[in-house]
Amino acid sequence: MGNLFQGYAPEAYFDEMFESTGDVRTHYQRLLARYAGMSSEEFQKKRDLADNAFLTQGVTFTVYNDLEGTERIFPFDLIPRIIPRAEWEHVERGLGQRITALNLFLHDIYHEQKIVRDGIVPAEIIHSAAHFRPEFMGFNVPKDIYIHICGSDLIRDHDGNYLVLEDNARSPSGVSYLLENRQAMKRVFPNLFSRYLVRPVDTYCLELLDVLRFIAPHAIPEPTVVLLTPGIYNSAYFEHSFLARTMGIEIVVGADLVVQDGFVYMKTTRGLKRVDVIYRRIDDDFLDPKVFRKDSVLGVSGIVDAYRRGNVSLANTIGTGVADDKVTYYFVPKMIKYYMDQDPILPNVETYLSFFESDRKYILENLDKLVVKSANESGGYGMLMGPQATIEQRESFRKAIEENPRNYVAQPVVRLSRSPSFCEDHFEGRHIDLRPYILYGEKITIIPGGLTRVALRKNSLVVNSSQGGGSKDTWVLND
Amino acid sequence: MLSRVADALFWLSRYTERAENNARMMDVNLQLMLDVQPLANKQHWESIICTLEDTQLFGKLHPELTGDAVVDFVTFERKNPNSIYSCIATARENARTVREQISVEMWEQINRMYLFFFSGAAKRMFQNSTYEFYKWILEGSQLFQGVTDATMAHDEGWEFNRLGMFLERADRTSRILDIKYHILLPSGEQVGGNVDTVQWMAVLKSCSALEPYRKHYRGQVVPWKVVEFLVKNQTFPRSILFCVDSLDHSLHEITGVDRGDFQYKVEAERLSGKLCADLSFVTMEEIFRIGLHEYLDRMQGRLIKISTAIYKEFCEWLEEDETQGEPQENQQPAQLQEQRN
Repeated sequence: MGNLFQGYAPEAYFDEMFESTGDVRTHYQRLLARYAGMSSEEFQKKRDLADNAFLTQGVTFTVYNDLEGTERIFPFDLIPRIIPRAEWEHVERGLGQRITALNLFLHDIYHEQKIVRDGIVPAEIIHSAAHFRPEFMGFNVPKDIYIHICGSDLIRDHDGNYLVLEDNARSPSGVSYLLENRQAMKRVFPNLFSRYLVRPVDTYCLELLDVLRFIAPHAIPEPTVVLLTPGIYNSAYFEHSFLARTMGIEIVVGADLVVQDGFVYMKTTRGLKRVDVIYRRIDDDFLDPKVFRKDSVLGVSGIVDAYRRGNVSLANTIGTGVADDKVTYYFVPKMIKYYMDQDPILPNVETYLSFFESDRKYILENLDKLVVKSANESGGYGMLMGPQATIEQRESFRKAIEENPRNYVAQPVVRLSRSPSFCEDHFEGRHIDLRPYILYGEKITIIPGGLTRVALRKNSLVVNSSQGGGSKDTWVLND
Repeated sequence: MLSRVADALFWLSRYTERAENNARMMDVNLQLMLDVQPLANKQHWESIICTLEDTQLFGKLHPELTGDAVVDFVTFERKNPNSIYSCIATARENARTVREQISVEMWEQINRMYLFFFSGAAKRMFQNSTYEFYKWILEGSQLFQGVTDATMAHDEGWEFNRLGMFLERADRTSRILDIKYHILLPSGEQVGGNVDTVQWMAVLKSCSALEPYRKHYRGQVVPWKVVEFLVKNQTFPRSILFCVDSLDHSLHEITGVDRGDFQYKVEAERLSGKLCADLSFVTMEEIFRIGLHEYLDRMQGRLIKISTAIYKEFCEWLEEDETQGEPQENQQPAQLQEQRN
C-alpha cells in the first residue's frame, strides 16, 4: 500500500499543509502521521461512513434544475484545514474591525450620509444599489445594529496572506454544514482530536440566540424568537431547520404569521401568540407584499409596519444589502479609515470598478486576465473567469459592462491557496476559501474557524456548492 | 404549538400508519392467494381496490385488473397518493417541515424508509421476496412508532401525532374487515366452511390479531367473533374501539378537559366521545341487522367527521391563506387532503 501523499506537490500555490520545499508545516505534523499510514481502501471506508451519516440525517442541500433527486449531500472532504492560534487571532481582529465599519457605514447611509458628503463614496453608487432601501432613511434600528450575522469570505493568496473576497451581509448560509462537519470528523477520526487542541464550535447556536434576544423590542424579559423560512423547497431549508432546532425556537413560514394592530403573531392551536424577534432567512424583497414585491406569498403582510413601530425586531435588518454589494465592497477599506481611522487588518483583493472611467478602460482591455463579477449575484453565477472564458462569453460581458458600468467589478485572478483533498485513491491539492461567521449583538463573537469550501474539480477556483464545491472541517488550534 | 406544525405531525403519523396497513393488507392477501383457486383470484383483488376506494384511479392506470397490477398500484405507484411509496414520501415531507419538533431518531427512521424506496433497494428486495419486503415496511413503521414513543416529548405535538395514527388505524381496521364483505365465497363453498374460515383468519392476520384472538376466545375462528374482536375489543390495540378510545384520550389531553363524566369542550371531542360510547354498547346482533358493510361504511363516515372537526378546531387558520396567492413553494404537503375526504 503506497502512501496516500505520494506524488503530492504544492506546485506554484500556497499550500496549507506543506511548505514550498515540500516539508510539512508544523501544525500539520500529527495529521500527516495519522493519514499517511492509511490505505486508500481504509480512507474510502471512512468517507462512506461520513457520507452515509450525512444522508440519513438529511444534511442536504437542494440543487435547482435537477429533476431526479433534488436533494444532494454537500461533498465532505475528510482532511481538515488547520489554522494556528496566532494566525486566527489576526483574522479575528480583522473581521471584528470589518463588521464594525460595515455597521457604522449602514447607520451613516440611512441617516446623514456623511461619507457621501465628504466625497469618499459617490452618491450614485449608493442610490443605484439594488438593495438600498430609501424607505428606511432616518429610521433607528434596535440597538443601532444593522448586520447581526455576517459571513465575510476570505481567501489566501500565493504568499498565504488572508484577503477579503466579499461580504455577505443579508443572510449568509452554510453555518449548519460547519457544525455538522465537526460532528462527522469527531465520529470518523475520534483519536485525532485527542492529539490536537481544537477550539470547539458548538456554542454558535447559543450565541446566535443571545444576539436575537438582545435585539428584542422594549427589553422584553422572555422574548419569543422565531426563524422565518421560505419553506422546505428552499435550498437552505436543512440549515433553517437545523438552526431552529438547536436554538429551540419555532421555525415558521409566512403563512404561520399574521399582523394585527401593528404586532406580529403566530397562529397556534391555542390561538394567536405574539412574536418579538424574527431571524428571517428570506430576502427583503419577499418580506412584505404591502411594501416590497406585491406577488410575494413567502412574506407577511404588514410586517414592515410592525417593524417600523418597533413592535418586532428583524435580523438582519432591512436594507443591509447595500453593504454587501460588490461595488460597495471596493469602498470598505476606505470606510475603515473614514469611520475608525484605522488601516484595514484584512485587505481587499485588488479591485477595479467599471463605474470609474479609467478602471473601465483597464477592465475592457484585460478581460482575458480578470475575473469580472456583477454587483449582486451570488453562488458563482453572473461571473466571468477571464482566462478560461470563450471569446463569446468575454464579448457578452464587454457589452454588459458598457451598457451598465455601475454593475460590474473586476479583480485579477488570485491563485487561491490549496489544501490536500482525497481524489479517487490519493491526495491532490485543491483550492479553498474560508467563510467565517461573525455575530454582532452585545459584543462581537466569531465562531472559531468557519466553513472551508473546496473547489473539488481539478484546477477550479470556484468553491460554491452549486458549482461542484465541497467543504471540510476547519480547526482553530488552542495551543 | 403552531397550527401548521400540529397538522404536519398529524399527517406524518397518519401516512406512516397508512403505509404499514397497506403492507399488511398486501402481505396477507398474497399469502391467501396460495390457498385459493385461480378463479377467485381476480375477484379477490377487485375487492381490495374496492375497499381502498381507489377504483377510479386504478381503472385509469390499469385497463386490466390483475394481481400484479393491484400489488404494484398499492405498493409502488407514484401516481397513487395512497400507495406505500407515496405515503412514505408524504410522511417524510411532513417530517421535513417539522424537523425541529420531532426527535432526531424519528427523522432518521422516516428518512431511512424513504431512501430505501428512493434508492431502488425496495424494488430489489421486493423482487427477491415479497414477504421480506412487506415485513420490512411493517417493521419500519413500527420502529418509527416505537421511537416516537420513546424519544419525543409526550406533549401536545405527540398527542397530535397519536390522533393521526389512531384515526388512520381505526379507519384501516374497518376497511380490512370490509374486504371480507366484498369477497364472495367460491361456488360450492359454504359459509363457515374451510375457505370461509381461511379468509376470516387472513383478516385477523392482516391486523396482527390472530394470536390475540385465539387467546381471547380459545376456540374456532367464527365470523361474529372476529367482528366483535376487531370492532370492540377493549384491550387489543388495533380494534376500532381501542383506537377511538385512544384518540378521544389524546383529544382531551390537548384541550385539557377532564375525560370523566362525559365532558367535552370541542366538537371533535363530542364526536369521538359519542362514537366511543356507541362502539362500547353496540351488540353483534345490531351490527349484523344493519349489515356489516353498511355498519363499517357509516363508521368510516364518522371517522372522517372527527378528522374534519379536528382540523377545523386546531388548524382552521391554514385554510384562509390558501386563497392568498397561487400555490407556491411554501405550500405544505400536509394540506394535500385525502382525495376521498
